[in-house]
Amino acid sequence: MNIQTPASLSPKDYATDQEVRWCPGCGDYAILKAVQKAMADIGADPANTVFVSGIGCAARFPYYMETYGFHTIHGRAPSFATGIKLANPDLDVWVVGGDGDGLSIGGNHTLHAVRRNVDISYLLFNNEIYGLTKGQYSPTSRPGTRSPSTPHGSLDSPVDALSFALGVNARFVARGIDRRQDHLPGLLARAHAHKGCSFVEIIQNCIVYNDGVFEHFTEKEVKADMQLEAEHGKPLLFGKDREKGLRMNRHTLELEVVTLGDDGVREEDIIVHDETNRTIGGALARLKPPDFPVAIGVLYCSPAEQSYEQAVLSQNRAIADKARTKGDMNALLHRGATWEVAA
Amino acid sequence: MEGGSVILDESGNELESAVVRFAGDSGDGMQLTGTQFTQATAMARNDLATFPDFPAEIRAPAGTTFGVSAFQIHFGSRTIRTSGDAVDVLVAMNPAALKTNLADLRKGGLIIVDTGAFTARNLSKAGFAASPLEDGTLEGYRKLEVDMTRMTVEAVKPFGLGNKDAQRCKNMWALGLVDWLFGRDRTINEDWLKQKFASKPEIADANVAALNAGHAFGETADMSREFRAFVVPPADIAPGTYRALTGAEGVAMGLVAGARLAGLPLLFTGYPITPASALLHLLAPLKDYGVTTFQAEDEIAAVCAAIGGSYAGALGVTSSSGPGIALKTEAVGLAVATELPLVIVNSQRGGPSTGLPTKTEQSDLYQAVYGRNADSPLAVVACHSPGDAYFAAIEACRLAVKYMTPVMFLTDGYIANAAEPWPIPDFEDHEPFPVAFRTDPEGYQVYARDPETLARDWVKPGTPGLLHRIGGIEKHHLTGDISYDADNHQKMTDNRRNKILGIARDIPDQAVDQGREGGKVAVVGWGSTHGPIGRAVSNMRARGHDVSHIHIRHIWPMPPNMGDLLKSYETILVPEMNTGQLVTILRAEFLIDAKPVNKVNGKPFRIVEIEEALEAWL
Ligand SMILES: Cc1ncc(C[n+]2csc(CCOP(=O)(O)OP(=O)(O)O)c2C)c(N)n1
Ligand code: SF4
Ligand SMILES: [Mg+2]
Repeated sequence: MNIQTPASLSPKDYATDQEVRWCPGCGDYAILKAVQKAMADIGADPANTVFVSGIGCAARFPYYMETYGFHTIHGRAPSFATGIKLANPDLDVWVVGGDGDGLSIGGNHTLHAVRRNVDISYLLFNNEIYGLTKGQYSPTSRPGTRSPSTPHGSLDSPVDALSFALGVNARFVARGIDRRQDHLPGLLARAHAHKGCSFVEIIQNCIVYNDGVFEHFTEKEVKADMQLEAEHGKPLLFGKDREKGLRMNRHTLELEVVTLGDDGVREEDIIVHDETNRTIGGALARLKPPDFPVAIGVLYCSPAEQSYEQAVLSQNRAIADKARTKGDMNALLHRGATWEVAA
Repeated sequence: MEGGSVILDESGNELESAVVRFAGDSGDGMQLTGTQFTQATAMARNDLATFPDFPAEIRAPAGTTFGVSAFQIHFGSRTIRTSGDAVDVLVAMNPAALKTNLADLRKGGLIIVDTGAFTARNLSKAGFAASPLEDGTLEGYRKLEVDMTRMTVEAVKPFGLGNKDAQRCKNMWALGLVDWLFGRDRTINEDWLKQKFASKPEIADANVAALNAGHAFGETADMSREFRAFVVPPADIAPGTYRALTGAEGVAMGLVAGARLAGLPLLFTGYPITPASALLHLLAPLKDYGVTTFQAEDEIAAVCAAIGGSYAGALGVTSSSGPGIALKTEAVGLAVATELPLVIVNSQRGGPSTGLPTKTEQSDLYQAVYGRNADSPLAVVACHSPGDAYFAAIEACRLAVKYMTPVMFLTDGYIANAAEPWPIPDFEDHEPFPVAFRTDPEGYQVYARDPETLARDWVKPGTPGLLHRIGGIEKHHLTGDISYDADNHQKMTDNRRNKILGIARDIPDQAVDQGREGGKVAVVGWGSTHGPIGRAVSNMRARGHDVSHIHIRHIWPMPPNMGDLLKSYETILVPEMNTGQLVTILRAEFLIDAKPVNKVNGKPFRIVEIEEALEAWL
């Protein structure tokens, strides 16, 4: 099914008439805006688009998109999306969920949707907290996070969403930030263009239960020094004057931050981002302040020949074409040894 | 009569029915032997029922009692309803098989043993201090002791097999002997061997040689009169084309047929679990039938993918057994709330928890009818035999798409593995129930309902002009917008309930299987107890008792005449392989004093058990 893309829609054409119920100032608003802009930029056909979500603040997302939408159950959105794609691979399917949804209760399904390479765009809104249930710590919360369930500080070590995705063979891994309206829509368009599972972590501020946990790299004053925008084919430079960069330390095989001009560091010493290089993607995903900037952009992209549902379909078709029974029901009922009982 | 009352006529040898059990080590190929004897028996026009009994362990140590695998077949010249209470002929391929199966052999029954396997080592593994062949253990039974191992090795010598491969053929030797015993034509076994081992002709030839040697042994050996061939005359079977059908095959083909009759592709999802996996295996190859199968990472993902499939316009079906069904519960609730078609197949097994994976039970009835959070009604359909499974599965699909609802389909380990001869229906005779997806945007509302069925419209994403959002949060009863309004929740709860209860208008009245409406006693069953209840009731009726048999397919909602029907009897007895679940539902729904008859030892009811229970009320 190839539906004609409607004549250019604007971002607001992708908004529903439903009252948006996030807390005022929640980062989710910014992400919604970026997604609607991306949809308009892509020229997405609303009728052919499905937003599937789990449960959480983030997961309310489909109600606000003038497309098809399925708000499912906590953690399982990737599984619903897989079924949808198996039934109709032509649909454009987006999955939206929070860090609890996608990495705690639904970690297993995230793992499998990613490694199977189902052709979906998975947007994980990471606010490092359980918003909807009123602020308990989440699997991405940093150790020591004080929350109603961890009044003396959390003790367990967090999961890094993108390293997790890469660890299960993700073929498209990217990171964006709610506040980066200049950057996020383009990133989403990239995710959408990728055939197969594109996994996007979006840093999202929960103004009510975890306000400011990302300030150290999102605030205006620090962002140039603390965000590194990875771009394919370009050196990994950052800083107000793009004077800092990443270099591979040949002894530790770790990245290190260097300043151009210091100790004779030249631009040629800086790693040039190669999206198709898993090692670089993995190293960028792991970078953490304060010693490193947070890497955003497409960190890794290496499409497979076929997405999962495409492979399933082509196998189905090939086997069906060869089958002698050609879908004949009576042939199925008569399969195996039969015998006649005469009157 | 069936149920321990079959008399082997020692001189005439003409039997109305007989029960044969092949028992041996898991490695002895008893399931194959049994299936092959079944084929030969079906060809001889006996009615029959079979039941395999295999160990839970995949590769239990050879020679141990927990590694014994058995296959039972009951066949006869009249309608066969169960795989048989008591065994007439037991083939025991080793001491452990003898030990674990002897108790089921009727007194005077025939034991055929492979003496070659009765070594000191095997005897001790089976826990025999002395050989049961010599110490009087087998007193009261007739025995035929043959060194099958040695005779097989001799018979296959010309084919140059190693000793191990040669010994592997001894199940065919046993089959040959039993074929002879009941006058079976073994050509069908021979053909099958040649086909199965087409790429290894020497193995095929050796097996055929063993089969023939076993048969020849029967024919020529100087055996005493008591071992001569038995005759089980053909049954009076309706004319037509037949095949052997297991319950798993019945369900699988029923689902494919159901999807076809609805005009939909089938998305079948599952996660391996005994005894449900067979369905996934049977459906996976059927790609030319519009079947897509998906082995998910767990049962939750499986049900969610099935619901996703239905949402996108396929018929989503998911299958598991009790513990896996438990995992699916939350998602089934979502399908109830979003009113999407879904069939959930539960191949029940013994529980709780892991329980008895390879044994049968029907203890998930509460789970099916009531087992969800909140008021989450759905339809429940139960099949009662392999052949019935086909039609019941079609019915489950019909209800799911017509009423936009999840349907719980109940089968069990017994039905799944049991086989019976099946008169093959003509698919063209089935009434189609094509789905009409909504494509007209004019006046569309997500929860507007068909006035008759109360079903909402099914809209496939991808349809222009019908964009909408659904989800588990309560929705406005028409627009489908999120609604926390109290009255609206009452209305939606009522709608969901009334829609399911309304199905009662669309299903046949409850029929009486045997007997009449009204009277002294009705035995009410569901699922795989159909066979034993049916035979027990027919036996009791033959003895002049006023007993009727009612068997329920539509567990929820029940047929509209159910209450009146049940109230027309003085006594209602409800035999179940659980501690009393249907009986509780009947009591609750109809305020009747139904009596439970329960059994949960992992085995189907024996006919005599039901007869005994009945006697107390007659
Ligand atoms: C089965 C189940 N368990 C628990 C919940 C309660 N619950 C709803 S959302 C949520 C966590 C949400 O956190 P996250 O996914 O990070 O989303 P956020 O609200 O932060 O956007 C929990 C625990 C639920 N809805 N379902
Ligand atoms: S609780 Fe936090 S994440 Fe949820 S809507 Fe409010 S601000 Fe946003
Ligand atoms: Mg969160």
